[in-house]
Amino acid sequence: MDFVVLKEYLPLFAKAMILTLKIGWMGIAFAILIGLFSAMIKHLGVPFLRYVVSVYIELFRNTPLLVQLFFLYFGLPKIGIDIDAEFCGVLGLALLGGAYMAEAFRSGFEAIEPIQMESALSLGMNHFQAMGHVILPQAVSISTPAFVANIIFLLKETSVFSAISLMDLMFTAKDLIGSYYKTTESLALLVIFYLVILLPVSIVGSIVERRVRYASFGD
Amino acid sequence: MSQEFIKVNHITKTYDGEKNILDDLSLTVHKGEVLVVIGPSGCGKSTFLRTLNGLEPIQSGEIRYRGELVDSKSKNITSLRQKIGMVFQSYELFPHKTILQNVMLSPTLVQKRDKKEVEKEAIELLRRVGLEDKKDSYPRQLSGGQKQRVAIVRALAMHPEVLLFDEVTAALDPEMVREVLDVILDLAEQGSTMVIVTHEMDFAKAVANRIIFMDGGHIVESGKPLEFFEAPKTERAKRFLNTFTYETVRKIS
Repeated sequence: MDFVVLKEYLPLFAKAMILTLKIGWMGIAFAILIGLFSAMIKHLGVPFLRYVVSVYIELFRNTPLLVQLFFLYFGLPKIGIDIDAEFCGVLGLALLGGAYMAEAFRSGFEAIEPIQMESALSLGMNHFQAMGHVILPQAVSISTPAFVANIIFLLKETSVFSAISLMDLMFTAKDLIGSYYKTTESLALLVIFYLVILLPVSIVGSIVERRVRYASFGD
Repeated sequence: MSQEFIKVNHITKTYDGEKNILDDLSLTVHKGEVLVVIGPSGCGKSTFLRTLNGLEPIQSGEIRYRGELVDSKSKNITSLRQKIGMVFQSYELFPHKTILQNVMLSPTLVQKRDKKEVEKEAIELLRRVGLEDKKDSYPRQLSGGQKQRVAIVRALAMHPEVLLFDEVTAALDPEMVREVLDVILDLAEQGSTMVIVTHEMDFAKAVANRIIFMDGGHIVESGKPLEFFEAPKTERAKRFLNTFTYETVRKIS
């Protein structure tokens, strides 16, 4: 292991990490919105839209992110829609993540007995108030473990962004290996940087999971 | 006769057009009246209760609350439900909120009442049912009987004009039944208007102004509690009441 090389590469990886984080978190933020929205549509059984959502979920859960990115990056320009690589990365991650998040939230909604809604309605709440104050908080707390697992999964999935020439961590490592043959050093840094990103998410995630666990309110 | 609160006019309800859950049912509940609905399982008494605040849609007939049409799809249903409180068999407290938050949620959110004033009243109501010290607990830390008393308090905090009780002691251990029924008896003494579905015959006898006996979606018999329990007029009611009494066992030697 050449420590001088490690030190030399550090700023390059740091820069790549910022890109990975930027695209990762933006994609995840949109994924949460898409997921929550899709889960509500399915849970409430909105006519027509629920079928659209089902097709969307199955389509994106059952194809690899790499293929989805290729479609967006190389396919869309063919029909006249030009998008840059970063936007493409955010969009791809948001669509893939949205499908996974939708399933996580849906299982949360389904775990709540319909009579909880009736109980809220019988207290004079409208559907909107009942959803916001009674159903949604419980659904989100039930789906937290799946939600945290999805965030970790999506952050790891960002490693395929290098395929559409985004200079993320994976791209930087491959680039340095290809140019200077410093394989060990590059891979070591790659692992370290992914851990730096993901370990805090895991730790914070399990703390949050314990705090909002539906079954343990009051412990 | 005092003011008419609930007027049920020939309502009918079917599931998948199969058999009538509610079959041409009519009755009137007046202000201050305690109506107890009894009958065998599956006779439609819970379904009937749930139609009164529009939780259960009906196919024909109409229900009016003080002249206003009760319709689960109409806009006024939320304001009607504020006047018609309901307590469920399974309590249905909100598990993610404390006892105090459970009680305060609707008065502050729906009725937009002052938080301080609502809190003061909520604590006073909890004190009346002996649960003031549980105000910061979560529902899962309470026993069934305590949860049900909170559910009653939660309904009362909305200042309802009528209370509906749907087999509120059916899920409770026998020793907890009393603590819940005492709260309801107390409400009856204060002149609350109530419609109660129950399997507790002695309680029905004590609390009711009028008994409705239902079977097969019909009202089979209705009358004053004493007359009904001592001398039921219909054969069906006699048979039903007999299931609650036991002959002393005589051993054949």
